[in-house]
Amino acid sequence: MAVLAGGLSHEREVSLRSGRRLAAALRDSGFSVREWDMDGALVERLRSDPPDAVAIALHGGEGENGSVQAVLELLGVPFVGTPAPACRRAWDKPTAKAELARAGLLTPEWVALPHTTFRALGAQAVLDAMVDRLGLPMMVKPDQGGSALGAQVVTDRGDLPSAMVSCLAYGPAVLAERYITGTEVAVSVVHDGDEPRALPPVEVDTGDGAYDYTARYTPGGATFHCPARLDTATLAALEETALAAHHLLGLRDVSRLDAVVDTEGRVQVLEVNVSPGLTETSLLPTAAAAAGTDLGQLYGAMVERAIHRG
Amino acid sequence: MPEPVPPTPTRPAVAPGAAAPAERFAARTAGMTASEIRALFAVASRPEVVSLAGGMPNLAALPMEALAVEVADLVAREGQVALQYGSAQGIPALREQICEVMALEGIRADPDDVVVTVGSQMALDMVTRILCDPGDVVLAEGPSYVGALGSFAAYEARVVHVAMDEHGLVPDLLTDALRTLAARGTTPKFLYTIPNFHNPAGVTLAVERRAEVLEICARYGVRVVEDNPYGLLGFTGTTNPALRSMDRDVIYLGSFSKTFASGLRVGWALAPPAVRDRLVLAAESAVLCPPNFNQMLVSRYLAGHDWRSQVKSFTEAYRERRDAMLDALETYLPDGCTWNVPDGGFYVWLTVPEGVDTKAMLPRAVTARVAYASGTGFYADGLGSRQLRLSYCYPTPERITEGVRRLAGVLEAELDVMRTFGTSPRPSLGRAEPRNGPQSPSPHTP
Repeated sequence: MAVLAGGLSHEREVSLRSGRRLAAALRDSGFSVREWDMDGALVERLRSDPPDAVAIALHGGEGENGSVQAVLELLGVPFVGTPAPACRRAWDKPTAKAELARAGLLTPEWVALPHTTFRALGAQAVLDAMVDRLGLPMMVKPDQGGSALGAQVVTDRGDLPSAMVSCLAYGPAVLAERYITGTEVAVSVVHDGDEPRALPPVEVDTGDGAYDYTARYTPGGATFHCPARLDTATLAALEETALAAHHLLGLRDVSRLDAVVDTEGRVQVLEVNVSPGLTETSLLPTAAAAAGTDLGQLYGAMVERAIHRG
Repeated sequence: MPEPVPPTPTRPAVAPGAAAPAERFAARTAGMTASEIRALFAVASRPEVVSLAGGMPNLAALPMEALAVEVADLVAREGQVALQYGSAQGIPALREQICEVMALEGIRADPDDVVVTVGSQMALDMVTRILCDPGDVVLAEGPSYVGALGSFAAYEARVVHVAMDEHGLVPDLLTDALRTLAARGTTPKFLYTIPNFHNPAGVTLAVERRAEVLEICARYGVRVVEDNPYGLLGFTGTTNPALRSMDRDVIYLGSFSKTFASGLRVGWALAPPAVRDRLVLAAESAVLCPPNFNQMLVSRYLAGHDWRSQVKSFTEAYRERRDAMLDALETYLPDGCTWNVPDGGFYVWLTVPEGVDTKAMLPRAVTARVAYASGTGFYADGLGSRQLRLSYCYPTPERITEGVRRLAGVLEAELDVMRTFGTSPRPSLGRAEPRNGPQSPSPHTP
């Protein structure tokens, strides 16, 4: 089989780390694994030496927006993960949020706007309207992408324009959300048996700091508690929400829901990832360990499923 | 049947109240964290990206076949020595040859005062180690070499920058800095300076200023550390006299990374005897000895090849690349950008229009498939957000032109967004990074 990692997105480094870890785990589980970057040689490799299945450890850009998945579908190569159309839906955060909200899941109120709209309508007027509606603090992040790249919490109205400029360096549009205070939690969903199942929710504790890129990828930068230090009913609600989002968005094999349990104990969905991080500081491997399993077993089962699916 | 691999023993649980090992790092490593900026550079090594960020020498002109013969012969004839431990100070034959190389810049030196190091970066690290206690002040040009700032931070030295103009370090400002420090009862441990084709600023310390800088430092009792990796890579055909050629107390750092092969990691320090002795002991505790094999290969190269012509050919290639970069900057960059015209070395230091933050703009550049080194990494005091370093040493002239064209597009787009919001980006991406944090690319990676 082959593990795809790298690519040209802003998250290349994280992807390479995820890929190396996944490949090692699968080798430990007895698979013969090749590690391929997403480059000009990939299609030829897939054609001339097709693997039985591909596992995608790409993060951001083509690895999550359905592009690589579409190519794999085009070539008839089985792969672990979500089909291309559902990837496209989940990758675009405003689209995914709208879909989940329509189905009754809670997600922080938001607005997504491209730079061109601010330019056409006048930034100050639009920003004022955003503050009126979403309040402060406000979460500002690129409408696509992961690893918290470009994400910022804005507490002062005066900082909002400069936060927009910083955020728009990552992409053409901004997703602004009402900031929710509470417990930050991630719930991974894996389909390694008969049905998709939620792994124990992982609570992310960063002390006073944000769960930003540095906290995510520096060992010890955040403390994880798994299962999260929440009551049984809330843990069950988190797992139900993660499974619901997985089904509603048409996701397959593996996903990770990022959420906040607000001060009233409600689960507020932040986003859903179709290609969760698999590094030594990532959330899915932490949840797997708490569930008494590991990446090799989980992905091994999903690789077998992908091969069986054909 | 292969023997089954025994399971890796698991570490016993941490006792209640005790910190896990990962939480007991030295305080000075607080900045050694994952960095968003550094992560963005992972893409820079891909061929789709024109990297104007790293300072990798261009090795294309090296006579690889002849070197392959040399390597094989070295192993066959002298393998017993080349593959063995050696002296901490370095092999004598190479130290003699190093003195011949330094003579090109007017230095008269005794091979006994030369210490061979694993690149001049190790020399810099050792010098800082033996001279600086935590809290000591080091003077450095502003901006300064990111690898030097890293070493100073590692030994918890405080950096005070002295500004440059188009003729390098400004003597009056050096005097001002020393006077201000003296008023506080502080004498800097040394002035760290790159007099020729500065990294990252590209400028050269004017010859007429050199004696003045030495005189000012002597007056205030401050040692001078001269880092000179680019001195032989001038485009005008003249070689400037080294500071060390004017003052035997100067600690001089040299390198074969730019004149021969950076991968061999062979550099050196030339130091007064008292400093030299401590450098040797410090080197011994750090690496035991520099690799004999690499030293002997450099020695053979210097003895058996026309290395002066080779340096000339490197220099011609770099001049062609510099010209391509200057032409492209002139052609493509928007109004409000200024840059220097380097007479040698690897770098152009670019100042972008007011309000643009080159660090905050980097994600946009990576998306546009061009990489540069943002200016803040070259300052220890938070300056440099309006500057960036462009390296012309490695890409072909055509790629340089394309890279600058892309950079111009990035700047235009950034200015467009700034006009929309009437402001600059937030000062830093995410959290503020500690000064010894890896907020810039590794000094020489692509």
